[in-house]
Amino acid sequence: MAGSPLTGLTLKGALDGLAAKSFSAEELAAAHLDAIAAANPHLNAYVLETPDQALTMARASDTRRAAGDAGPLDGIALGIKDLFCTEGVRSTAASKILGNFIPPYESTVTANLWRDGAVMLGKLNMDEFAMGSSNETSAFGPVTNPWRARGSNRPLTPGGSSGGSAAAVAADLCLAATATDTGGSIRQPAAFTGTVGVKPTYGRCSRYGVVAFASSLDQAGPIAKTVEDAAILLRSMAGHDPKDSTSLDVETPDFASFVGRSVKGLRIGVPDEYRLDGMPSEISALWDQGIDWLKRAGCEIKRVSLPHTKYALPTYYIVAPAEASSNLARYDGMRFGLREDGANLAEVYENTRASGFGEEVKRRILIGTYVLSAGYYDAYYLKAQRVRRRIADDFDAAFLEVDALLTPTAPSAAFALGDRVSDPVSMYLNDVFTVTTNLAGLPGVSVPAGLDSSGLPLGLQLIGRALDEGTLFSLASALEDSAAFRAKPTPWW
Amino acid sequence: MSIDAVTVKRVAKLARLAVPEAKAEPMAQELSAIMAWIEQLNEVDTDGVEPMASCVATKLPLREDVVADGGEPDKVLVNAPRRVDNFFVVPKVVE
Repeated sequence: MAGSPLTGLTLKGALDGLAAKSFSAEELAAAHLDAIAAANPHLNAYVLETPDQALTMARASDTRRAAGDAGPLDGIALGIKDLFCTEGVRSTAASKILGNFIPPYESTVTANLWRDGAVMLGKLNMDEFAMGSSNETSAFGPVTNPWRARGSNRPLTPGGSSGGSAAAVAADLCLAATATDTGGSIRQPAAFTGTVGVKPTYGRCSRYGVVAFASSLDQAGPIAKTVEDAAILLRSMAGHDPKDSTSLDVETPDFASFVGRSVKGLRIGVPDEYRLDGMPSEISALWDQGIDWLKRAGCEIKRVSLPHTKYALPTYYIVAPAEASSNLARYDGMRFGLREDGANLAEVYENTRASGFGEEVKRRILIGTYVLSAGYYDAYYLKAQRVRRRIADDFDAAFLEVDALLTPTAPSAAFALGDRVSDPVSMYLNDVFTVTTNLAGLPGVSVPAGLDSSGLPLGLQLIGRALDEGTLFSLASALEDSAAFRAKPTPWW
Repeated sequence: MSIDAVTVKRVAKLARLAVPEAKAEPMAQELSAIMAWIEQLNEVDTDGVEPMASCVATKLPLREDVVADGGEPDKVLVNAPRRVDNFFVVPKVVE
């Protein structure tokens, strides 16, 4: 279905149009709501549409703008990942165990967006508790990628865990979306859908009101149509929050002011260890192309070594499940969410959790409980924390020589739904290039950089120093300009 | 290290997850495969390396010791599976 011209706008384009009074926030919201109503039965990107709330918020935005009181995101129609608690609006983390949970409070990130005037279109599908790389662990069923391989009708994954966010942005079902990234959950889906995804420095965005998965790794960020859009949205999402003790008390820069700046003289590291055996040649070729683009833009390219890269995923699969098993202990059926019957209290717990959690979540709770249990804590958990330090040290050493790193975002293009569900380890390998930055707390950006031979998008990743998102936005916009990536999925929905 | 069905049941008990008898063995095989892949961490020399629990400074911020909110039983109880007055109703704990 061909969409309204309003849904084809970028976030920046919509801001300009609203400012010029070319259209109203209400018209902008209504156009997106129509597009969602038509597309969602096919894509399953939204798990909850909130049209009444969207139109109410949009009308309030129009009133503010008429009064000369518009905020930095006023009237911008956004999709919100269902991991963010939204006051009075069902929030499920795509899990049966949260059931019909209606938060009596608002996450700080979404509160910041509403403060700046944004409009909520609805809640976006995702892997259950953000555990997954294909959106197939969602209790609401998988999202279907708006992209298809040329000449094929086979449904593809949009990636995960922020698959709904990425698919909704790619299919013009919102101007941009919030997402979260614990091991690659913003950047991998962005790469699979031809969108821009930013995982900021750990601590940039408050975790308050974001359903916890692995607290030392979880970080919120935007998925958007352009680098500039992502920069504008991140500025509103970020900021210190006393309600999150790991939130950084630092100034939030005007990230958009870094977009389009010269990258001349910046030193770019190309890590040897990211050139994997068996990596598709198209991904190697795109990486080389990216290196060439940055060279032409005036960057100096250096080979660097991050020797502990191959240990990042196994480290992650101890640290993340350990933290998850602890975080998910709260789902006991007593105070909120699902409660199943049982002969005694222990059975109520066990039956509630067995029926409320999906298979991947159970798997990770069991791994986490196992590695934290008596006799294994030192051998697994402490060992992983020590290797994590080594991985962070690798980055520190590299950043003595370079200003940012360039890598592929994911080791493949979008794959077919159902293809990898039976082999957890092969699914985990999706995050091989992204998980390192979560362990080290560093910012990473995925930029759409080209199409593979079957017409599917591929992304390049930039990794920066802690709190140096500005440099990443400059580099990402240089890549965006060089790649001139304009491809959109052909609507089949 | 290989995980057997008995270990799965023991860990499931710790995690308060009911695992049906028929699922214990397949789950043990899945977890063993994952743990076998994780074993490669033993190749890394970590002698004298300080464990890393967080990416941010570990000094916990303190707030003023004052009541900031509260007194909202309806908000607290709004999602209760079962509720009577201002109480959660839970299964009998003490016989």
